[in-house]
Amino acid sequence: MLVLTEISKRFESPHGPPVDALESLSLNVPAGRFVSILGPSGCGKSTIFNVIAGLEVPTSGSVCVDGVPIDGLSGVVAYMLQKDLLLPWRSIIDNVVLGMEIDGIPKREAYARARPLLERYGLGGFESRYPSQLSGGMRQRAALLRTMLCDREIVLLDEPFAALDAQTRADMQEWLLDVWDDFKKTVVFVTHDVDEAIYLSDEIVVMSARPGRIVERLPIELARPRQRSVITAPAFIAYKERILAHLERTVSIPR
Amino acid sequence: MSLEVADVAVQSPARRRDARGRRLRRVYHERPPATVPVLAGRLTLFLGALALWELSARLRVINPFLWSMPSLIAQEFVRTLRDGSLLADASYTFTSTVLGFAIGTLAGSAIGLSFWWSTYYAKIVEPFLVVFEGIPKLALAPIFVLVFGLGIESKIGMAVALTIVVSALTTYGGMRAVDRDLVRMVFSLGASRWQVFRKVIVPGTFPAMLSALRINIGLALAGAIVGEFIGSQRGLGRAIEYAGQTYNIALIWSGIFTLSLLSLVLYLVTAWLEANLLRRFLHQGR
Repeated sequence: MLVLTEISKRFESPHGPPVDALESLSLNVPAGRFVSILGPSGCGKSTIFNVIAGLEVPTSGSVCVDGVPIDGLSGVVAYMLQKDLLLPWRSIIDNVVLGMEIDGIPKREAYARARPLLERYGLGGFESRYPSQLSGGMRQRAALLRTMLCDREIVLLDEPFAALDAQTRADMQEWLLDVWDDFKKTVVFVTHDVDEAIYLSDEIVVMSARPGRIVERLPIELARPRQRSVITAPAFIAYKERILAHLERTVSIPR
Repeated sequence: MSLEVADVAVQSPARRRDARGRRLRRVYHERPPATVPVLAGRLTLFLGALALWELSARLRVINPFLWSMPSLIAQEFVRTLRDGSLLADASYTFTSTVLGFAIGTLAGSAIGLSFWWSTYYAKIVEPFLVVFEGIPKLALAPIFVLVFGLGIESKIGMAVALTIVVSALTTYGGMRAVDRDLVRMVFSLGASRWQVFRKVIVPGTFPAMLSALRINIGLALAGAIVGEFIGSQRGLGRAIEYAGQTYNIALIWSGIFTLSLLSLVLYLVTAWLEANLLRRFLHQGR
């Protein structure tokens, strides 16, 4: 279980006043759950992300995984960004096994683990291609597989599909649900796409504009596995209206 | 106003499209020139220039003693080729150039890469590199000949001096351009600094290191030649210097011609090497 306790993050700025990105934010994510963080731009979504990933140290508060504090430690959770960050000089399979390679797993074994997954997730036959030869959707799939294969309980995804076109994005969402179902990981998903968040998540955390605070935690009780058609179901619409109402309120504050 | 707009719209779209179509055809649809006429043209230009040179020297339009002429130069070339001195000199210069090039490029790249390990170290050393780059290093030749002697070491030393900083600065620049998110991502997978260095920094900087090759091969040759000018018993530079002292102008030209051939060969090999390494190891470029 991932627990954030009273996290605050203040960025000191040499010109002008300091910026409070996060203000005593507490959140717990039970193991195996899919939680999305939604909020207006500049609400500190990415700061939460960086704090959990250990890329930034919170000004106060703590991050614990199963009771062990991990603030400032990288390599505890796996993450993925909007950019696929594949190494252009490595073939797809060599990119996908990168995490295992770093963990010291022998290449043969890593390949053996990756091959069936590449096959299963639509990258079969592309193992020895290079990132520049693949479409954006395929590259993101390879990046996600790499993230999933590196043996971390918790996976952070920061707007992983934001750069894709609408059709590819819809495919990727369904694909992500399949992968999540297979790997049973805890997922923290950062997005500003309300439909995407509802469709994917067990729970949605809505944040306010800066300084980022949680204004609502909304469990999504739509049956799984979810069909694409769920996005027109009345329950889905009801969730969406509720979230949009929150977002509207948080956005209107600074005006 | 509106009348004009209507006028244009009614009257001329067909003609305008026509005109644009013609321009596009000229700019984009032109075929690349065929190989044979291009080669023939180059050969004609080369032979024509030689013929003009020969003719004006024979007709005393230019002073044949100062300028020599292609026929005499060819004689000298064949003579030195026969007595073996040309090949001996060329291989001496070739050896010092290639060794200096290899040492300078490798050491320079290593220096550039070493800056990744400490920003303090990089900040402290960088201005010294930039200043050293600014020194006209050919002026160091007398010192190098004194320190390393008249043998091949001083020529290699000159070639290294000319190439090492170029490689170091290019490598350093390329290294700083490596995507920081890539580095962070590999760290997040639990990689050690050494692993990040090996798996991201070195391959990410490789194109920059390669881009220094073509500049360096020319610089290395210049360094070796100048080393030979200052003091040497062998090499094309020494042969040219010697020919100048004995007023054998044809021999000077023959040496210059050989040098051009040598530098052309080195350049082509380096360019080929760069393209191949890029393709094979990085799957970049075409």
